Amino acid sequence: MAESRPAPVPVVESDDDVAPEQSARVITREMVIMLVVPPVLVAAVFGAFVWWRQTAELDSVEAQQLRWGVIRSLMWEHVQLTLVSAAIVVLVAVPLGIMLTRGRFRAAAPVVVGIANAGQAAPSVGLIVLLFLWLDGGFWTAIYALSLYGILPVLRNTIVGIQGVDPTLVEAGRGLGMTGAMTLFRIEVPLAIPVIMAGVRTSLVLIAGTASLACFIDAGGLGEILQTGISLFRFSLMVTGAVLIALLALLIEWLGRVLELATRPKGI
Amino acid sequence: MTQTESSPGSSPEGAISGAELRLENVVKRYPGQKAAAVESLSLTIPAGEIVAFVGPSGCGKTTSLKMINRLIEPTSGTIRLDGEDIRSESATSLRRKIGYVIQGGSLFPHMTVATNVAVVPKMLGWDSKRIATRVDELLDLVGLDPDRYRDRYPRELSGGQQQRVGVARGLAADPPVLLMDEPFGAVDPITRQRLQDELISIQRELRKTIVCVTHDIDEAIKLGDRILILQEGAKIAQYDTPDTILAAPANDFVADFVGAGSSLKQLSLTRVRSLDLGQPTTAHVGEDTGPVVRRAEEAGDDSVVVLDDRDRPVAWPWLRQVRHNDRVQSTPRELLVTLDQAATLNDALDTMLTSAHSKVIVTGDRDRYLGVVDFESVTEHMRRTERDAAQQMQDAGGHEAVDADG
Repeated sequence: MAESRPAPVPVVESDDDVAPEQSARVITREMVIMLVVPPVLVAAVFGAFVWWRQTAELDSVEAQQLRWGVIRSLMWEHVQLTLVSAAIVVLVAVPLGIMLTRGRFRAAAPVVVGIANAGQAAPSVGLIVLLFLWLDGGFWTAIYALSLYGILPVLRNTIVGIQGVDPTLVEAGRGLGMTGAMTLFRIEVPLAIPVIMAGVRTSLVLIAGTASLACFIDAGGLGEILQTGISLFRFSLMVTGAVLIALLALLIEWLGRVLELATRPKGI
Repeated sequence: MTQTESSPGSSPEGAISGAELRLENVVKRYPGQKAAAVESLSLTIPAGEIVAFVGPSGCGKTTSLKMINRLIEPTSGTIRLDGEDIRSESATSLRRKIGYVIQGGSLFPHMTVATNVAVVPKMLGWDSKRIATRVDELLDLVGLDPDRYRDRYPRELSGGQQQRVGVARGLAADPPVLLMDEPFGAVDPITRQRLQDELISIQRELRKTIVCVTHDIDEAIKLGDRILILQEGAKIAQYDTPDTILAAPANDFVADFVGAGSSLKQLSLTRVRSLDLGQPTTAHVGEDTGPVVRRAEEAGDDSVVVLDDRDRPVAWPWLRQVRHNDRVQSTPRELLVTLDQAATLNDALDTMLTSAHSKVIVTGDRDRYLGVVDFESVTEHMRRTERDAAQQMQDAGGHEAVDADG
């Protein structure tokens, strides 16, 4: 067609304003770095530790304390302490937090958060020892202490997360005829999940670190290596304890991030 | 003008599926506040009409709207839906029978478009097959391709598209009444105009009872079969058809609110369908061009409107371009700008200014071709209304003089 004149079809905008070029789930570069770097780092440092452990000359006390069997069981205890406490924290703090955003309980929220705040401000050793004096030592006493200690971040984030849900969405839900429970479980909780899970991660890390003190009340954990190192003044034991605790904390932090990403509802 | 003229009686396309709403002495008083938010509002909203609530912010229009679906409970008074007191059933089951559309769509961000639209049908216990069919039907109705948009999340949609889904969600369970709270407040002017046109065209088919809150008098004039202008405390300043409100504002408040330039407003009050449409030569895609060219030459047209097999306009080539081909060609339908018959003269003028033909194609339901509007027919219509208005003023002035004498 040798047409010099432009087609007479007036071309204005396309059918609609253009949809944003976005995928439903946003993964930023920062997220990728935070997901990839920690496990690599942990593996590298742990590799270095294994190499040192196999090659270093250790005296009998050190060799006794650093047997692979001992390290493994202490680590397992530590993981158990952390995960069981974290599970209890979630089971208690999330429902409690949700309750504190509902109607008549709302007024109590500042009080409860205040108490949780004070609980966390108290020295962790103090809390553990207090519970020891009251309940005697052992695994479950440590669990109670750690759970009390880790409850605040989850509680606070649950309340903040639910309060932070756009009120027009809640009203939209009610306007469409959802009951109170439906708006809670279909709208408010799913939308608050990212904030709640950030609290869970913080709590996990707090608990993993504090679990090092469980050895004081006979509940095991990697703190034992550290404690032995300090009381017998074995530098290698102190460093080993500190490094292993740090590695475990990093790994649990990472686990928290993975959980955060995995539980995040698609679309937000 | 009488209200029958602009009530949907003049557009008999769909059967009324709406229900009458009646507010009787409805009062809303908040504790601790001296003035009532709504002091004794009584009004009847006829079935199948769009009523726009307008007024300055804080006049109680949104409160009045939310009392209809009991998001706000009135302090006293009765609201009847189809004659039945709305308190006779639970608030949740009432709300499932009343569509609710909010500014910006207020879609649930963690649900797909389909899940969002399906919220109410799911609560009503529809089976999944029926829900899926209904969702596709509604997306189609609001102009979104179901295959493309069904599984998207709200954040993957533009503002206008989100608003469309919001409308689809409001209509999902086929409620007799639809409440819209500033529905098109959050989108840009061009998209807003489109959405308004589409709402009018959807309403032509469905004939729901729609209550639409807006602060924009132009939107109210465009959408409303009737307009309720509210003053502080939800006192009715005027409740009438757009024509009457523009021609005879009840008091200074209404006159101020409607504002100056009422002959320009007339432009946005008059719909394209009330003009005489021109009928240039048309042709169907794939037709032999020979006879088409002959027809056009006989009629003295220099261009041809090309329609597809469902009589929807697809292209508008000059005669010279038609001669170049043996058969009538089509172009993608999206490239052709057309106007719905419910578009206002304002929109028509706007579109003509950017069109190479200085005319614009007008379509009816489901984009079916109706005819063409040109500049002359618009100005002719305006001159005529102005003459009529001047005549009326003269008559009215005469009466007043007589009254003064007597």
